[in-house]
Amino acid sequence: MRHSGIELLFQGQNFLRLLHGLWVSASIALLAMSLSIVLGTGLGIVMTSKNRVVKFVTRAYLETMRIMPQIVLLFLVFFDLTRYFNVNLDGWSAAVVVFTLWGTAEMGDLVRAAITSIPKHQYSSARALGMTPWQVQRAVILPQAIRRLLPTTINLTNRMIMTTPLVALIGVVEVLKTGQQIIDPNRFAYPDGSLWIYGTVLLLYFAVCFPISRVARLLERRWS
Amino acid sequence: MSVPRRLILGSALASLALAACSGSSSTPASSTGGKARTLEEIKSSGTIRIGVFSDKAPFGYVDAEGKYAGYDVIYAERIAKDLGAKVEFVPVEAASRVEFLETAKVDIILANFTVTPERAEKVDFAGPYMKVSLGVVSPEAAAITAADQLAGKNVIVVKGTTAETFLEKNHPEVKLTKYEQYTEATNALIDGRGDAWVTDNTEALAWAAGAQGFTVGIASLGNPDTIAGAVTKGNSTLRDWLNQHLVTLGEEKFFHSDYEQTLKPVYGDAVSADELVVEGGKL
Repeated sequence: MRHSGIELLFQGQNFLRLLHGLWVSASIALLAMSLSIVLGTGLGIVMTSKNRVVKFVTRAYLETMRIMPQIVLLFLVFFDLTRYFNVNLDGWSAAVVVFTLWGTAEMGDLVRAAITSIPKHQYSSARALGMTPWQVQRAVILPQAIRRLLPTTINLTNRMIMTTPLVALIGVVEVLKTGQQIIDPNRFAYPDGSLWIYGTVLLLYFAVCFPISRVARLLERRWS
Repeated sequence: MSVPRRLILGSALASLALAACSGSSSTPASSTGGKARTLEEIKSSGTIRIGVFSDKAPFGYVDAEGKYAGYDVIYAERIAKDLGAKVEFVPVEAASRVEFLETAKVDIILANFTVTPERAEKVDFAGPYMKVSLGVVSPEAAAITAADQLAGKNVIVVKGTTAETFLEKNHPEVKLTKYEQYTEATNALIDGRGDAWVTDNTEALAWAAGAQGFTVGIASLGNPDTIAGAVTKGNSTLRDWLNQHLVTLGEEKFFHSDYEQTLKPVYGDAVSADELVVEGGKL
């Protein structure tokens, strides 16, 4: 007898399991993103420095994080920290650390780009008015830079949410893995189950990412 | 005004991060710090951590209620029961099974782990509890029941599988038609674009059980590979206990009853338990 895969959603705890998986994905991505925004803003300001050593070190950090696939970073933090330094993080914490390291680098570069995109004469004018360099940053440069940062930050947040399925490799069961766990035992009884489950997972991702984009668009309108 | 608010946000995030770290250090995982736990340490802790698959039915999977189930899981639960410990299942992926043992994040891996010389250099295998080999699926009307019948036949294989390498090496007289994916291979077989399909016998049996007019004429072609539990390299107290335990389980034909519960509903009557199950830790 052939069943329709939609029944899988309502069997046992399946739907709740998917929601729990979504919470795992979202909690990792959103916590890491919050930390990245704070740390990345600091890094971005430091990156605008003219000091050669500072420039080299921050650039090296950024490029390392960018070039290294996230899966390698996950293995380094989850397995190699234990192997070589005896630091034993659980999978969820290791994932937050990795996504924060990566997000801080990307965010730092975005902040640096936003700050340097503010025309030079604004610095000079503010300084001429007698503001200290810190006051210039806080009252003139950063408020404008933040406005320019918004679209790229949202983009990074959504990219981070989309990258979370990798954490399954270090034993964290997020929403996509939960979907696969539901599809697999039912692959013979419900041959079209994957379509329904993956479709649901798609909608769940959308349910997280879409509101973030909406809020961003609202803010953008308000500030313009 | 905005400065204190920013401070509050910052400290809130910092404390969250701290909470995340301290949360992790209270789990039993961190108390071992990357060193394998001996049999005594596991017993006295009262919990054993076993790495299993969570999406490879019928070996290790999670049912609709969110509970672990399958052939490997039943064995794992029995190990825990006989050790007098509670079992904590850790979901693992094929690609990270060795690392989980090397860093002692699990005590045992029971995730359909095929014994190979390369893996044996990095982990210690206990005795096997299952064996797999290649299976040959063919139409019932023109069933292929012996290896010599394959000569000159058009045989379907999936690229990159052990079936491909085995046939190329040991049966050069067979004509191979290669496909990228499993569904392409099964469709080709249904359409009559080949005389037989060679793949892992578990896959062959499961597919033939659900397909009309096809049979697994040869359920084990070539030498079987064995599936065994594995422990961290050098954890001899745990491995010796597992091997001793397998002997005890063999006396009561434990894996036959495990087979009846988990594998038989999938493979049906096409195969006997003896073709897949290993009792007593020896082939």
